[in-house]
Amino acid sequence: MLRAVYKWVDERLDVTPIWRDVADHEVPEHVNPAHHFSAFIYCFGGLTFFVVMIQILSGMFLAMYYVPDIINAHASVKYLQTEVAMGTIVRGMHHWGASVAIVMLFLHTLRVFFTGSYKNPREFNWIVGVLIFFMMLGLGFTGYLLPWDNKAYFATKVGIQIAESVPFIGSYLATFLQGGDMVGATTIPRFYALHVFFLPAGLLGLLATHFILIRRQGISGPL
Amino acid sequence: MSKKVSRRQFLTYTLGGTAGFLGMGMLFPMIRFAADPMLKKGGKGAFVKTNYKEDQITETPLSVDFRVDVKDGWYVPEGGEPRTAWVMKSEGKILALSPVCKHLGCTVGWESNPQFKGEFFCPCHFGRYFKNGTNVPGTPPTKPLDQYETKIEAGHLWIGPIKKA
Repeated sequence: MLRAVYKWVDERLDVTPIWRDVADHEVPEHVNPAHHFSAFIYCFGGLTFFVVMIQILSGMFLAMYYVPDIINAHASVKYLQTEVAMGTIVRGMHHWGASVAIVMLFLHTLRVFFTGSYKNPREFNWIVGVLIFFMMLGLGFTGYLLPWDNKAYFATKVGIQIAESVPFIGSYLATFLQGGDMVGATTIPRFYALHVFFLPAGLLGLLATHFILIRRQGISGPL
Repeated sequence: MSKKVSRRQFLTYTLGGTAGFLGMGMLFPMIRFAADPMLKKGGKGAFVKTNYKEDQITETPLSVDFRVDVKDGWYVPEGGEPRTAWVMKSEGKILALSPVCKHLGCTVGWESNPQFKGEFFCPCHFGRYFKNGTNVPGTPPTKPLDQYETKIEAGHLWIGPIKKA
């Protein structure tokens, strides 16, 4: 049945070459944990991507209940967390996933650093990776405000004051991030827009570049 | 056991099954979370007191405003939400009709169109109802207006939930 549906689609769309090009490629022995168990360190990049996918999915579902404004933000989070079935689990996935994504990203960075995989011709992919790191930090920073509790409010105040300490452009930067003179009604929708539209779009673009470069240049050789 | 399962098939099924199980473990909470409003039981309506006394209700439909407590997610409007019923005496009993048109949910009014005397009229698609709430044949609505449960307590009119048909 499934095979017949696939065949029907493939006859018209010719998808086989596309997914073969994406998925069907050799995994070198030195990065395959089935050959050398220590090769598990090569999994952290893929794990980061997997966690990012979970973040996107759980975030989409959270957005079904969350309201980004000063009156309803905390109330809607409290509601989805205490009165909606499995709300604790879905928000828990997003909450813990955010930390796990950063940890995995950090381990991936360490692996690339200590195997020297960032060297020529892969310097550009290192730069793309650093940009991905900044995107993820931005997602973490903007997401932190959204529950609109004390921790969120003061963490954002501190973060914005750090931005304000940048020479020359600091005060403009702070006003831009706040959307006004203070952290409040104009800040939440702004952070929400950044958190669910701008930063994920940037992240996906960078991830695509990251993966295309890996396929073009191949995985770096063994130590 | 005529068909033997090959090693490759066995591994495919095992891996697929495990992956499916893990994937479902991830997806199930999210889907259950999104579907929750469908599976929640609605609150049962309670009777609320109106400002009208029994002797104020006549044969002519009277627009009675009352407030019901509602819980809209995390939002609980103070003093409840305003509702209206058309209340009249009909064959000695009290009849309280919901003003929500059974065609597409607009609001009907008593004699709100001078063309149709003694009828409820819906301005959206010219739906009409007789005084007892029965839909006028040939107009858009296909069902009579809903009725609220009513009771008289200490001389005052009380309105309850909508009667189940």
